[in-house]
Amino acid sequence: MSAIAIQAQGLSKWFGEGPTRTQAVKDVTFEARFNEMLYIVGPSGSGKTTLLSMLSGILRPSAGTVRVENVDIWSLDVNRIADFRLQRVGFVFQDYHLFNRLSTVENVAIPLILRKRDWDESMKEALKYLEVVGLGNRAHLPPSKLSGGEQQRVAIARAIVSAPDILIFDEPTASLDGDTGRKIVEFVREKVLTEKRCILTVTHDDRIYEFADRILKMEDGRIVGSQDGAARA
Amino acid sequence: MAAATRAVEMRGILRIGYRLLVNDRGKFLALLLGITFSVFLMIQVTSMFAGMMKKASATVTNTGAKLWVLDPAVNNVASSIPMPDYVLDAVRSIPGVKYAVPLYSGAALVRLRDGTYQAVTVLGLDDTSLYGRPALVEGQIADIYAENGFLVVKDEEFPKLHNPVIGTEFEINDNRGVIVGIAKVPASGLFGIPTLYTTFSRAIQYIPSMRYTVSYILVEPADAAAIPGIKADVARLGYEVLTEAELIRKITHWYMFGTGMGINLLIMTAISFVVGLSISGQTFYSFVLENLEKFGALKAIGAKGRELVYIILFQSATTAFAGYGLGVGLCATLIALAKLRLADYASIVTFLNLGLALGMVLTIASLSSYFAVRRVLRIEPFDIFRS
Repeated sequence: MSAIAIQAQGLSKWFGEGPTRTQAVKDVTFEARFNEMLYIVGPSGSGKTTLLSMLSGILRPSAGTVRVENVDIWSLDVNRIADFRLQRVGFVFQDYHLFNRLSTVENVAIPLILRKRDWDESMKEALKYLEVVGLGNRAHLPPSKLSGGEQQRVAIARAIVSAPDILIFDEPTASLDGDTGRKIVEFVREKVLTEKRCILTVTHDDRIYEFADRILKMEDGRIVGSQDGAARA
Repeated sequence: MAAATRAVEMRGILRIGYRLLVNDRGKFLALLLGITFSVFLMIQVTSMFAGMMKKASATVTNTGAKLWVLDPAVNNVASSIPMPDYVLDAVRSIPGVKYAVPLYSGAALVRLRDGTYQAVTVLGLDDTSLYGRPALVEGQIADIYAENGFLVVKDEEFPKLHNPVIGTEFEINDNRGVIVGIAKVPASGLFGIPTLYTTFSRAIQYIPSMRYTVSYILVEPADAAAIPGIKADVARLGYEVLTEAELIRKITHWYMFGTGMGINLLIMTAISFVVGLSISGQTFYSFVLENLEKFGALKAIGAKGRELVYIILFQSATTAFAGYGLGVGLCATLIALAKLRLADYASIVTFLNLGLALGMVLTIASLSSYFAVRRVLRIEPFDIFRS
């Protein structure tokens, strides 16, 4: 069994004050391992996105801890949490959030630029990752000229260009047709998941459950079930 | 050293900001146009005022006297209030006065050879010293003492006297006048009329005068330390002593606040500022709003708040300086072209104009980026997931 990548312990999150105060995540405890593709599934409002945000260092929990290699990330100050995200986490957003005013290769290079890497070196590295996702020939086009599936792959290249060990996928197939969505997740499963990487995916899409190693079901802010995915079987 | 290292480190991030800015051509052009237009208007208006003030003070700068004695009610050199002769004698007797000479300044009509009339400014120089005389480009200064001798200033207004040469005759108040020298001066007058120089005694003889004839008394102090004493003594006589700079300031102040001209020009400048601010501010803000979610995504990826602030400040500074350069260039070109066609076009671009416009442009850029920075700092990466 691979080593533990993320350890969540008693995570809870409340929003609002007074009578409008609601608890979005309730006392969640689980582990995710390297070389594991973990899905978090559940109906809208079940707390999936809130949980993912707390795990990735974006949203401070109201209670509980998130440990990455025995470091409680929420004990770090704001700048060090930003550094944690930059160094160790890759994000693929539901709407990709690519800059249409930059070329595809420049979009992919952004995490390297934020790490203060040299511009030309960053572009070379970004181009390499664009080739990994099969878009080397689209490097100088703006993302707006690409199809939805291609934009998703650009977002994946941007997420993995700085070799993070935790990848966060937020509804990776929500903006894609069924066939393209499956192909993308299949690609991620085959090319992106490695021994030293853990992929956390929030999804509604049961057509891609077959690619998961493990599936956590959430309802009303709690994990109500955990099952091995088809990929592990 | 640390700042230099940080600047090198930030180069990539600033380059991203630059590309985001210039690749959005429509908005970038709108921003540039807004600032360029605003700078152009601000410099055009203020340089016009600066040029007019230079012309309004032309007699003062051309004469070059260190101290001017005048009636305190005088607001500008063209409207002198003559003083009695005893004031000249009294000033000459003040301790610390090296010498003091009278200056006549008045207006007259000259009748040219073809029978047409032309208004002129006549300056009458002290007969003995000719203090305040202009440099001659043709003729001899001693010829001013010749019968009916006048010097004519060769400036933008010179052609209005039909380009006279030495020996050209004219009539001035039924007296014969003869051009005996062509002069040049650093600045020409404000009112668009030619200038003639003659001796003080001829000026008061040829031109109808009031009871008193001394328009101004030009004073050379023994040294700078004597000036306060001279001022105090002259004040006791009921008159005022101003240095050249003080007199220019007084004239400028009067044109600015006493005529409404300055206020109107200042209002124009303020309107230019508001136009620039509204176009650029709104465009820049909408540019940032359009990219707000992307900035949030950058934050999620690991960009720090201060890095996003640098991007925005860099974008607004780039636009401001580019627009400023274009505005200054456009204005300078237009003034140069106008001066080719209109010899007495008044505008001059001074460092003060440039500094004022730069200050206003930086204010526009700061205000525009302030609101943008506030929005960007407020966006939470969690909003990106939630959206």
